[in-house]
Amino acid sequence: MKVGVYLCQCGGNISNVVDLDAVEKYMDNGDDIVVIKQSSHMCSGAGQKLITDDIAAQKLDRVVIASCSPQFHEKTFRAALQKAGLNPYLLEIANFREHCSWAHKDKPEDATQKSIDLLNAAIAKARLDYPLEETKMKLGNEVLVIGAGIAGIQAALDLADTGQKVYLVERLPTIGGNMAILTKTFPTEDCASCILSPKMAAAQAHPNITLITDAEIEHILGHRLHFEAIIKVNPRYVKPEIDMDECIGCALCEEACPVETPNYWEQGIVNRKAIYIPAPHAIPYKYLIDPETCLNLNGGSCNACVDVCPQKAMDFDQRPETIKVEVDSIVVATGFDIYDATEKHVFGYGKFENVVNGLEMERIVDHIMEKDPPRQVGKRVAFVQCVGSRDEQIGREYCSRVCCMYSVKLASLLKQAKPGTDIYIFYTDLRAFGKGFEEYYKRAQKMGIKFIRGKPAHFTEDPDTKKVTVLVEDTLSREIIESEFDLVVLAVGLGPNRHSEKVADDLKLARSEDGFLKEAHPKYRPVDTLVEGVFLAGVAQGPKDIPDTVAQASAAAAKVIVALAQKEFSLDPMLAFVHPELCDGCEKCLGVCPVDAIVMNDDDKAGIKETLCIGCGACISSCPTGAIDLNGYTNEQLFAEVEAALKSKKPGERRAIVFGDSGSTYRLADTVGVRKMKYATDSRVLMVPSGCRVTPKLILFALSKGADAVLIGDSPVKGNRFEWAWDFTSANVESAKAKAAEAGIEGERIFSIEFSAGDLAKFIETMNDLSDKMARLEPIPDDKKSSLFDLKR
Amino acid sequence: MKIPYYPGCTLKTTARNMEISAIESAKILGIEMIELPRWNCCGVVASLTSDDLISHLAPVRNLMRVEEMNEEGLVENEYRMLTLCSMCFNTLRRSNLRMAENPEDLISINDVMYLEKGYDGKTEVIHFFELLDSIGFDKIEEKVKKPLTGLKIAPYYGCMLLRPKEVGIDSPEDPTIIQRFISSIGAEPVPWEAKTICCGSYHTVSNKDIVIKLAYEIITNARKHGAEAIITSCPLCAFNLDDRQKEVREKYLNFEPMPVLYFSQLLALALGLEGETLGLEQNYIDPKPLLKEKGHL
Amino acid sequence: MTDKIKKIRLTDRNVKFLEKVEEISGESITLCDQCGTCSAGCPFVEEMDITPSQLMREVLLGQEEVLRARTTWICASCFTCTVRCPRMLDVSKVAEALRQIGLRQAIDEIDINIIDREEYRKMPTIALVSAYRKLTG
Repeated sequence: MKVGVYLCQCGGNISNVVDLDAVEKYMDNGDDIVVIKQSSHMCSGAGQKLITDDIAAQKLDRVVIASCSPQFHEKTFRAALQKAGLNPYLLEIANFREHCSWAHKDKPEDATQKSIDLLNAAIAKARLDYPLEETKMKLGNEVLVIGAGIAGIQAALDLADTGQKVYLVERLPTIGGNMAILTKTFPTEDCASCILSPKMAAAQAHPNITLITDAEIEHILGHRLHFEAIIKVNPRYVKPEIDMDECIGCALCEEACPVETPNYWEQGIVNRKAIYIPAPHAIPYKYLIDPETCLNLNGGSCNACVDVCPQKAMDFDQRPETIKVEVDSIVVATGFDIYDATEKHVFGYGKFENVVNGLEMERIVDHIMEKDPPRQVGKRVAFVQCVGSRDEQIGREYCSRVCCMYSVKLASLLKQAKPGTDIYIFYTDLRAFGKGFEEYYKRAQKMGIKFIRGKPAHFTEDPDTKKVTVLVEDTLSREIIESEFDLVVLAVGLGPNRHSEKVADDLKLARSEDGFLKEAHPKYRPVDTLVEGVFLAGVAQGPKDIPDTVAQASAAAAKVIVALAQKEFSLDPMLAFVHPELCDGCEKCLGVCPVDAIVMNDDDKAGIKETLCIGCGACISSCPTGAIDLNGYTNEQLFAEVEAALKSKKPGERRAIVFGDSGSTYRLADTVGVRKMKYATDSRVLMVPSGCRVTPKLILFALSKGADAVLIGDSPVKGNRFEWAWDFTSANVESAKAKAAEAGIEGERIFSIEFSAGDLAKFIETMNDLSDKMARLEPIPDDKKSSLFDLKR
Repeated sequence: MKIPYYPGCTLKTTARNMEISAIESAKILGIEMIELPRWNCCGVVASLTSDDLISHLAPVRNLMRVEEMNEEGLVENEYRMLTLCSMCFNTLRRSNLRMAENPEDLISINDVMYLEKGYDGKTEVIHFFELLDSIGFDKIEEKVKKPLTGLKIAPYYGCMLLRPKEVGIDSPEDPTIIQRFISSIGAEPVPWEAKTICCGSYHTVSNKDIVIKLAYEIITNARKHGAEAIITSCPLCAFNLDDRQKEVREKYLNFEPMPVLYFSQLLALALGLEGETLGLEQNYIDPKPLLKEKGHL
Repeated sequence: MTDKIKKIRLTDRNVKFLEKVEEISGESITLCDQCGTCSAGCPFVEEMDITPSQLMREVLLGQEEVLRARTTWICASCFTCTVRCPRMLDVSKVAEALRQIGLRQAIDEIDINIIDREEYRKMPTIALVSAYRKLTG
């Protein structure tokens, strides 16, 4: 083995504090180190040329660079190795600048000592490096869009128009989603179905879109631009087009069917039959039989529809079919459910016949101009805002964003249709923030709709007239209003679609505190998720109106296109792998892996699915035989690194080993250095992909090799790309503490802390406290150290 | 089964009929209510302020007695403390919750009670309705000898069984436990709106017009929904809704009186108990004519 | 409360009063959204001079006159507002704090001597205990 070590002066940034000549003198001087050189700027062309020349001339097979943090120039140096024909993963970097010269500017001797330790750790690790290859994955252009409301339809159309193959899956028998139920839309009052229907038809006609309706996602596996979805398609019990005796839509069956049941697309305001077409604008526009209410499908002998059907198109023997699709990307557009107002007992929804919700009112208003509307509204109508929004009693703190305007809209439409109606809107805050909203609100006020600032406490129903009495404070006049209404409309808020839970769980999508699916970053990644290749559109991500939904859907489509435009992508090779000879097939790791990347192979040995593993390291401590390991951070490497970092420790000195997760803690230590903020010099921060990579054995090993304390810094659960890591980290710490206690070693020497990337003060305080704590504790006696850890491991 | 029982002041005086009927009914259900050998005021309407810890001394001392009863072998591993009076129930459970949530408060209280053993937080305060629910209303139904068929009863919860939410025995806005109780003794529960409205509470002492108005509204609402009687488990509600009907009648000339009973009186009747155990003489509006009319007396 | 429009000056004293009530009640009064749910549902509101939500507002504005509001003494801690407040505030605790501020200066709100003997005899013990606890210092 031939190791080349390069010390970067960084134009004085390093060398003015760290005594690089002393480093050269006191560093690991193994025979395999054949080159030691200093350069003013290793990242410069000249600096890189030093490396490439030495690789050629000296046949170097390992390179160690002492410079700035790997976050800045690791890529640069890896490219240099590759250029010189050396595998780029045979490189290690010792962080001399952020962790030493900048952070400990005032203590050059300590900074130098810390530099030597970090360099020795890097050399020890480099000796155990081995070539790693990046697997190239081919990308197709198939996309699954889950949910065919306006968000899903818009995303599907944009994707299909740019040549992607789209599977558009909808749970209900027609596409269109909640928008297909609305009457007109605010603030322009254009009719919802008039603007939606053309898009629905376009989605059905598009050659690149496969429409799968009346279907449920049973299971989705995967992440990172490769997914398998199992989809259950429910039977329609009416033969499809391909049959000669298909349904011709003559509607005779519908007339003959004896069953009457509320129509969902009319929100129960109008009934339908058990054989039906959901709505006039339904896509697909075809009859289906509802198995819940059809007499024949529930064991009855009714055959009314078959008797009249000229085609005999009914097929009661149809069964659900399961189909599997493989796609490269997913758009989750699962939409929302309105708040179930029966939960708010004070409003009597479901008990009082003249209390309806906003969606029902959409249908009532839609029919109101008919000669004989299915439901009259009476003379006095009240709207009650914030039902199921901004109400912590029912666990919904958030504003649903659309209810103020939909109430203004419904009230305005009603007032235009029936000018004699007295309409009151009871609100707490009226939010008219969108384009044209304020003007629309003002128009409603001008029409004579009365806005009263107060949230009703409860309603009562007159048992005879069925009129509803509303009790509310007008908080502006401080009068209590107790007044009777013919109809009360509850402006119910929006919640995540309850059917989306399975999809979200399968895809490991995070949820915000409000329960909606969480975007990767609220500002600059608003349609991404933390799962590569999965994007969000519409209310699934949070309440929004139609324009915002359409905009987000197009954004999600664009992000899919960007992702797939790579055509192929490289997998980071720092993933888990199995030593088959050590695996005894106990399957413990299977339950541990948060992304289901571990499978049992035919030989009963565990195996890693490379496309699924994201290299968090959680599985490693679960393996009783040490058969699972992580490329780039093997057990052997981490042990060697720890041992080397502690080698220089002299009697009376104290040392802490800090394992910093690459996502947050390690970078935080960098930032502290960049800001030239000072902290105690007796810690050595070593990078791990995630806190959960640190096994209890590794912790105990560090103590046995002279560490006075071990700290694991991990990203907070919120915003951690390994959101499960903290649980594993904590469990590993507890397990190490228990073993340390058996050896008579204080538990307070081992701990873990959540650090977000901005916790500068917390980091400094932690390091200083740690230093004080170590100074307070007696060194661990040698006999206890040796009992801690069986070195044979 | 033996269970520690906390009576409270009013159960020994104006609500004696609730206590006797409950104790005797419990026996039929196989439950022996063992009165705390020592008890003091429950601490009723214990201060709601965060800085008035001392008002929790009285309730905590009572809670501690249940632990003592277990230590002394009066009951066997039974840390539930049974209450009948809604106000005692609320006060005791609220204090117990505060102690559980703020261990430092319990330490302070125990410091004050330094001559005694101190409270360990083991006691669980339950109301008689909860005990019935845990036995199962279907089981109660099996023990009923004289189902109170045809009797339309408005279940009155008042405040103290339901609020605040964290101490309540049921949903604060849509409780069902007393309805289920009424059904189990064969009577008919009447749905009504005033079931959770406050009766006016202690305003009956110095501001009784408030109570008279509320009592009028509550009883009228019950009547409107077809109720023939109201039941409660709160001695203060009982006084305000029953005894105050004298004043209600004077003020509202169209008012029709309605019997107000303790739930346990009807339970005892349905379980086949008679005479003094029912304590019907103590009710202000005599319920006997109604019960006779329905053939239950 | 007065009949005429008054001008309020927001001074340190106002803030101190708010902070005092917040401390004694344990409630964050600044969280009140003034939705009025507490007022409309209060079974005693017709006996009050200011509505419960107004009481919250007066405390937020540091108006010490609120100590003399009838509302404070009418509130019987029935917790109807407590279980309904969309911001999970407990107005009954705020009313209790206001009562306590008065009672701790040994000012009683009840005169025991005016209750007649007959009433005393028939009244449940718990009514008397509760009234004295709530209304005497």
